[in-house]
Amino acid sequence: MSAVLTDTWWLTRRRLAIFLNQPGYLVVTLIQPAVWLFLFGSLFRRVVELPGFEAASYLDYLVPGVLVMNALSSSIWAGMGMLEEIERGTMNRFLTLPISRTAIMSASLGEYAVGNFVQSLIILGMGALGGAEYPGGIVGMAVMVIAAGLLGTIVGALSNALGMVARERETIIGVNTFLLLPLTFLSSVFMAEELMPGWIANIARFNPLDWAVQVGRSALSADPDWTLIASRGAWLVVLAILALAVSVRTFRSYQKSV
Amino acid sequence: MTSDNQRPPAIEVEDLVKTYRNGVKALDGISFRVAEGETFGLLGPNGAGKSTTIKILTTLARADSGIARVAGVDVGRDPETVRRLIGVVSQRSGADPVATGRENLLLQGRLYRVPAGSLRKRVDELLERFGLGDAADRKVRTYSGGMQRRLDVALGLVHGPRVLFLDEPTTGLDPEVRAAMWQEIERLAAEDGMTILLTTHYMDEADRLGDRLAIVDRGRVVATGTADDLKGELRGDGVDIELADPSQAEPARGVIVELPGMRDVAVDGRRVFARADSGAAAVPTALAALERSGIPVAAVSISRPSLEDVYLRYAGRRFAEADAGPELATIGGSR
Repeated sequence: MSAVLTDTWWLTRRRLAIFLNQPGYLVVTLIQPAVWLFLFGSLFRRVVELPGFEAASYLDYLVPGVLVMNALSSSIWAGMGMLEEIERGTMNRFLTLPISRTAIMSASLGEYAVGNFVQSLIILGMGALGGAEYPGGIVGMAVMVIAAGLLGTIVGALSNALGMVARERETIIGVNTFLLLPLTFLSSVFMAEELMPGWIANIARFNPLDWAVQVGRSALSADPDWTLIASRGAWLVVLAILALAVSVRTFRSYQKSV
Repeated sequence: MTSDNQRPPAIEVEDLVKTYRNGVKALDGISFRVAEGETFGLLGPNGAGKSTTIKILTTLARADSGIARVAGVDVGRDPETVRRLIGVVSQRSGADPVATGRENLLLQGRLYRVPAGSLRKRVDELLERFGLGDAADRKVRTYSGGMQRRLDVALGLVHGPRVLFLDEPTTGLDPEVRAAMWQEIERLAAEDGMTILLTTHYMDEADRLGDRLAIVDRGRVVATGTADDLKGELRGDGVDIELADPSQAEPARGVIVELPGMRDVAVDGRRVFARADSGAAAVPTALAALERSGIPVAAVSISRPSLEDVYLRYAGRRFAEADAGPELATIGGSR
């Protein structure tokens, strides 16, 4: 186990170094969540006036949604990085080293986890600057950030698996563009559950993105519902472990085709 | 080549078969053995199955059937152990372009669990040895093709492997860079006593580097031996006579065929080819006979048999022809 952690540490460091080496990409990555926050925050500002909306301000309501949406929309491209490693030959080099496949996979997810973490802090900070309040305090924020991180892990692991199986950018782009908006809008990111059409509310109940949003929103509120946080949170953990297992398993399929 | 009975061969490959999902049969019962300390070359055209063999031996791919062992360890059953024993330099670089040469080597060493105390020294040694000392702290993407390839080899050596796999180590390199790489590989074999398995589709490379060779064609070994053994089996030298007048090619052929010791006589334009046990002895006789018949000769040359001829003999087709064929095992951008 400690060997896996050591390898994961070194490989994650490497991935982060690559990430930090692309200043342009880095800046865009950091600015994007702020743009979303203010774009959606302004566009939908008056939504809170609808009866049934409980939040004091739409920004309060929106911050958890943007945080989770951000985790989704960055991690969903993890498979592209995987594909690049395969094309460059780096993947094959690592696969002939005495390191575990779990470490190779975890390093990719670790990169996104660190990225998500930094972006989450920025979103929370920007939200606060814009007047959002987080009565849940430090604990609430920690739970929120972890929930977004878990969603990122689930999505990133599945994206990596897709990259290894499909082995072409077009497939990843196709699948991602197909999934991104439905996953986001079939959830309570922008609109309170009480105000959704019944069928959307029903689907949202099974949307992991929605679980993460609910966990975070509740944890940040003045009166967190810890039962809800624990149950949704547990599901996110279970899914993350399953997704990681699936993605590590995909190495076998990859090795059949090299 | 002496074989040591006490220790298992460094590499044993027996009847490996591998069919890719798309139905391409990459390996069709390939077998060979490499003794410890030997440099062994797998020579064959693209798609012959060389890379697939290396991928199986380096635990990257799995064979459908057959046995592959490295230092006596079965690669299918115990890939973990094999990975510790081997160094791999694959066709595509695999080094991080945005990291420096030194960073690449350090990471590789850490993943191989080279003790931290000796790793820096080891990395410095390798950088020096491969002429990368000055470029050590530059990003790899600024390296020339030759520098990248030398870094690739250094990456495969960080942990001091017992067996080194080199998959087409000089493909795409300039002639001078190639020659330098050959020297380095020869040094590895001579000074470090390492067992090296290399694949190549260059005849000259196989001729120069391999203690022994296996000629691979369509997923099987068609001939094994030292380059000299293989060439020796062709019996004799090639004699190439160029005539002054192409219309006399046929009469000239008639003359040459009659001479003792001349075989496989063929005509191509103004040139007459033949094979002779000793070219040096056959040429004066042939020239004299042609002169007697009043056929003027423009030029004569004698050639020792090349691996090209060997390939033609065993695979039943010309190398360039096989090489130009479809790239059989190209799957998802990897070969």
